[in-house]
Amino acid sequence: MNIESLPLAHLSHNKLAKIIKIEGGHGLHNKLRVLGIREGKLIRIVSKQPLFGPITVAVSGNQITIGRGMAHKIIVEVK
Amino acid sequence: MGNPNVGKSVIFSRLTSANVIASNYPGTTVDFSTGKIRIEEDFYEVTDAPGIYSLEPTNKAEEVALKILEKADLIINVVDSTILERNLYLTLELLEKGIPVVIALNLWDETKHLGINIDEKELEKILGVPVVPTVAITGEGIKSLVSRLSEATTNKKYKSKNERERWAIIGSIVSKIQTVEHRHHTFRDTVADATIKPMTGVPLAIVIIFISFWIVRLIGEGLISYILDPFFENIYRPFATALSDLLDPGILHDLIIGRLIDGGIDFTQSLGMLTTGVYVPIGQVLPYIVAFYFILSLLEDTGYLPRLATLADNVFHKLGMHGHGIISVFLSFGCNVSGALSTRILETRKQRFISATLLAIAIPCMAQIAMIFAMFSKLELDLVYPPIAYIFLVFLILLIVYVSVGLILNRFVKGESPEIFLEIPHYRMPHFQTTMKKTWMRILWFLKDAIPWLFFGVFLVNILYAVGIIEWFSYVLQPITEGIFGLPGETSIVFLTGFLRKDLAVGLLLSLPIIFHPMQLVIIATILTIFFPCAATFAVLIKELGIKDTIKSLILMVATSFIVGITLRVILLGI
Repeated sequence: MNIESLPLAHLSHNKLAKIIKIEGGHGLHNKLRVLGIREGKLIRIVSKQPLFGPITVAVSGNQITIGRGMAHKIIVEVK
Repeated sequence: MGNPNVGKSVIFSRLTSANVIASNYPGTTVDFSTGKIRIEEDFYEVTDAPGIYSLEPTNKAEEVALKILEKADLIINVVDSTILERNLYLTLELLEKGIPVVIALNLWDETKHLGINIDEKELEKILGVPVVPTVAITGEGIKSLVSRLSEATTNKKYKSKNERERWAIIGSIVSKIQTVEHRHHTFRDTVADATIKPMTGVPLAIVIIFISFWIVRLIGEGLISYILDPFFENIYRPFATALSDLLDPGILHDLIIGRLIDGGIDFTQSLGMLTTGVYVPIGQVLPYIVAFYFILSLLEDTGYLPRLATLADNVFHKLGMHGHGIISVFLSFGCNVSGALSTRILETRKQRFISATLLAIAIPCMAQIAMIFAMFSKLELDLVYPPIAYIFLVFLILLIVYVSVGLILNRFVKGESPEIFLEIPHYRMPHFQTTMKKTWMRILWFLKDAIPWLFFGVFLVNILYAVGIIEWFSYVLQPITEGIFGLPGETSIVFLTGFLRKDLAVGLLLSLPIIFHPMQLVIIATILTIFFPCAATFAVLIKELGIKDTIKSLILMVATSFIVGITLRVILLGI
């Protein structure tokens, strides 16, 4: 089985991936984690806005829009 | 207290029968409201707090929530049962604080649609505090919630854990009490996806916004021509005329009825407190307020606005804000006051400053928009194009101003503009009574706010006319209006009144015995929007931004109005 790890921002649509790491400082990441974007969670991309716009993800039963920069700091693993 | 968009405000209004606004997006409540609840013989005070995800605040609204928490004797922790896991994080933090808690498992009906099964009795056993399933919007479970408030307790088991430990505890709780059935892709999911994907979402957004404004205009005009105009002509006119005959000519007659035009009362031109002072807010503005708030309430309650914010984020980020800015813009079209308040949800000073300044500069409120419509339909004009074309031109200019000033501010205002971070709620079918009640509350607010101001405005203008101050001002300001904007000197009174209220300002304009060039009206409508928000909005700006930033904002408004005014004069009037 091939396991590939990549930033969430590079994940393609509708592929399920597992969050393995969230890079960067504490501040906003606390809020990310509270909203269900945490290590070990399964995450899926719902939409990506063009021109480096925000990404909407589905995780833990709800959808959240996050900025592209943030999506680069979330490392996921696709099986 | 609870996460954003879980229905705290709906529960609050059920508990206290107080009137508060609730919508289907995070951040509707940015301030707190208090009400009283009677249990048996005693009264208790209940506070509706803004939503928070955890006890670490990230914006001003969340700081408000924490202050409330410090004073609380008992917490009703409202929880969205469709996303139980992340809601329990705050619950756990609250339990650690040692304040007695009762949990309301709200949106209980939604769990059934989503195939989620929660064993609430088991949850109660594990947490050791009362857990009550509720459907706030229909009132289900509220009685039982109230009856169990006395059982509120805290649980000493949970003490000073770090974040990781908390999630571990939550994980083990959720695995014991919740099962999720697999569910097929529903129609609602298809709609949800289509409205947020750029390829389909952007065209849909344009269609939705266009249709919304078209419906507002349709309802507004319909109410005027079928209900309000007949009312004022057939019922109110005889009353006002009788009153006019009763009063002797003189200052009192001038104040109450105003000038007679061709021997009779003219509701727009007479300028009396009981003629124009009543006709402008009720006969002209109210119909559009009703129409606008009905549509806005519908849009809010479905959960569409956060999706719109996602689609608009790209543009708004370039203006120094993020997508949430568009929600403030929408609210401002109703009333700039509520728009300015809603900027609290933005994270940094830079974002709040830009957002509030831009809406004060470029967003006309519904009262003003209604009067702009009236302006082009009531005045005798030499129109080359249909009236809607001129109104469209005003909006186009304001859009250009909004974007240009935003681009400039983003470059020069210091500070950060963090990326968007917004929860997208599930679509919900608006609950008819709730939507109507909300529309009604907003209409009442308008009436309570607008009518005294308009009475005062009409009164003031009449007094100032009588003592000659207006003439003096017109004379002093003439070089500006005539020399700079290419407008008749008398219009300075219109701008002066614009400091107070925009609808009254346009009302005054309608009473001026001048034949305007239609493009002059376009300039007046635009400048009237830009140069100053109304007095009420200005007061809110001071409160939200502080004196220093408000002054900066004010300088920007004045500067923008001069630049735009001169440019428009050259382009539109060719002089």
